[in-house]
Amino acid sequence: MYGWLWRSLPGGTGAKLLAAAVLVAVAVAVLWYAVFPLLEPAVTLDEVTVRK
Amino acid sequence: MLRAAGELSITAGLILLLFCAYLLWGTGVYTQRMQVQLQQELGEKHALPKIELGRAVAMLRIPKFGRDYHYAVVEGVDTEHLKKGPGHYPGTALPGQIGNFVVSGHRTTYLAPFNRIDELKRDDEIIIDAAEARYTYRVTSQDIVEPDEVDVLSPVPGKPDSRPTRAFITLSTCHPEYSAAQRLIVSGVLKKTELRKE
Repeated sequence: MYGWLWRSLPGGTGAKLLAAAVLVAVAVAVLWYAVFPLLEPAVTLDEVTVRK
Repeated sequence: MLRAAGELSITAGLILLLFCAYLLWGTGVYTQRMQVQLQQELGEKHALPKIELGRAVAMLRIPKFGRDYHYAVVEGVDTEHLKKGPGHYPGTALPGQIGNFVVSGHRTTYLAPFNRIDELKRDDEIIIDAAEARYTYRVTSQDIVEPDEVDVLSPVPGKPDSRPTRAFITLSTCHPEYSAAQRLIVSGVLKKTELRKE
């Protein structure tokens, strides 16, 4: 999967590295700002109230 | 095929790690922003405050945790309220009033305001700065209870049928850390009231 991705990036090693870094940053940003906030309520590792 | 499965597993692992980082640190960004807002609200209050869900109630300080430890307590203990900071149980006593002032706070996420309340020992001080006065409570005990032990919320903590004659404070958070299995309860009683000068 990653091998194929690496080969399909255009340019020399430098350009590939840059493009890969940008792709990783985009993936992290989407997870952090869009996906994780949606998942977070499902994780109940920090339930603090007492109730029936 | 095997290689792809391996790569996927590693990716999933990295995403999980990232998610943990988000829970521990990412969630605090929102709380920080809300705290700035709530603390501003507290600063602007002159007359007796009107308590509304989602609005600031008072400032909580615990001298043992340093001078910088202060959180605006928000009214309400639903998920949306606790994301903003420690939350006051609606219907329980207000700061300094006879009865039980109950506050719940996160221990590991959303700035983790109650992360260290397990360190509070007998006679440690909990200060509640309300609009009209500064209330200093003295810690009396620490307990670990089941999540449905609502008796700790009663006007006389642990004695649902008694009429209160003193002002109590109860802090609750999750226990053990990173778990929802039980609750850590820190109890205190009002020791000193300093009215604000006009």
